[in-house]
Amino acid sequence: MTAHGPFSPRDWAAHPPYVYPGYKSTGLRGPTQPLIPLKQTLSELTGPVFGAESVGPLDHDLTKNARVNGEPLGERIVVGGRVLDEDGTPVPNTLIEVWQANAAGRYIHKNDQHDAPLDPNFRGSGRCVTDADGWYRFYSIKPGAYPWGNHPNAWRPNHIHFSLFGPAFATRLVTQMYFPGDPLLDLDPIYLGAGEGARELLISNFDLDLTEEGFALGYRFDILLRGRDATPSQE
Amino acid sequence: MGYKQSPSQTVGPYFAYALTPEQYGYDFKAITGNQLADETVEGERIRILGRVLDGAGSPVDDAMVEIWQADAQGRYAHPADPRGSNLAFRGFGRHGTGTDPELRFIFDTVKPGAVEGQAPHITMCVMARGMLSHAFTRIYFSDETEANATDPVLATVPQDRRATLIARREDTQAGIVYRFDVHLQGDDETVFFDL
Ligand SMILES: [Fe+3]
Repeated sequence: MTAHGPFSPRDWAAHPPYVYPGYKSTGLRGPTQPLIPLKQTLSELTGPVFGAESVGPLDHDLTKNARVNGEPLGERIVVGGRVLDEDGTPVPNTLIEVWQANAAGRYIHKNDQHDAPLDPNFRGSGRCVTDADGWYRFYSIKPGAYPWGNHPNAWRPNHIHFSLFGPAFATRLVTQMYFPGDPLLDLDPIYLGAGEGARELLISNFDLDLTEEGFALGYRFDILLRGRDATPSQE
Repeated sequence: MGYKQSPSQTVGPYFAYALTPEQYGYDFKAITGNQLADETVEGERIRILGRVLDGAGSPVDDAMVEIWQADAQGRYAHPADPRGSNLAFRGFGRHGTGTDPELRFIFDTVKPGAVEGQAPHITMCVMARGMLSHAFTRIYFSDETEANATDPVLATVPQDRRATLIARREDTQAGIVYRFDVHLQGDDETVFFDL
C-alpha cells in the first residue's frame, strides 16, 4: 500500500525503473528491494529554499559566464519554459541548475576523455530561478552528441542536464532535456528508460517566439513536478 | 499518454562542475556544500560520513549525496515550518563522493532536534551515474535508542532492515562522528522510501 499526501505519489510508470537492463550501470547501482511507502511529514514537505538571491548576474547565460578570450563556438540557443506541477499550477521562485557538453560533445569534467575539443570560452554550467508565474530562461550553446561505453557505437543524444528542487524535498527532480527530431533518441537507453508516453515530455520544442532574431534559436521546455493530492490526506 | 510528471533521468558522471563545483575545483560558485553550520548556529556539532556502495561492494566514486535536516531545535528553514529555523542554518548540504581518498561523503553539521514526534533524523537523497532516479533514505542516530523505538517511520520498516537506517556514533578526538554507509544493493541494501 502507498502512503503519501499532501504531495501526490511519484508516478513510477513515468519515471524509469532503478534497474534497466539497457543501461548497464544500473545493474549494480539500482536498488532492488521494494521502496518502503512513507507518509509525508514535515521533513518531506519542507526543502531547501533557493531564490533569486542564489543566482549571480551571468549564471543564466552560458554563452557569457565562462568567457576567457572570445565567444564560445557553436549554435547559440535560448531555452525557456515553465515549471508547473502536474495540475498545471506554476512553481514560482525555484532554482534550476543546468549543465551540458559543449558544441563538440565534450564536457569540461576531468573524467570526460572523449576525443573532441574543449572550448576555452565555455564551461557549460549555469542556473536560473523561475519567476512568479513559473517561467525560466537561459542562454547556451547547442550541445553536441557524445559517445559513451554502454554498448557498441553508443552515442548520447544532444541533451542538457536539469536539476530542480520545487517547493519541497519531496519534489526534487533531476532530468535531461532533449532536442526535437534527434535520431539518437530511439537508440538511447537513458531516454528509453522513462515510460512510453512520459518520455516525450523530455523533448523540447523549437519555438519561434522564443527565438531571438539574429541571435539565438529558441527551445521551449516545460517541466512538470509532482502535484498535490486531490483529496485531503488521512492521518 | 496522459503522464503528467517529467520523468527523472540520471545525474550522470559529469555533474560536478555544475552541482558541486567548488568541491571539485571548478571555477563556479557553489550554492551549498558539506559545511552546514557556521559558528553562529546553536547545537551539537557532528560529522556524518560514509560511502555509497554498489552491488559488488565497491564504493561509487561518482555519486552525489544531498541531506536535508531540521536545526537543533527541530525546526526547518522553510515556510511550511511556521516556527522558522535560526537564520544561519539552512539545513541543506550536498557532497560528491569523488574527492575524498576513501570516496566518502562527509558533512559537518549539527545534530537535528526531534520533529513532530519523530526521532531525530536527516533526509538523504542519493544520485549517481547508473541511477535513473534518485533514491530517498533517512539517517537515524545510534544513540537515540528510545526515540527510535517509537519513531512512526522506522515502525513501518521491517525489523531486520532497520539497522540500515541507523548511523553509528563514534566519539573521536576530532569530535562526534556518525558513520552511515549507503548500500545500493546486496544483503544490506539500504532502505529507500517512496515518499
Ligand atoms: Fe550528459
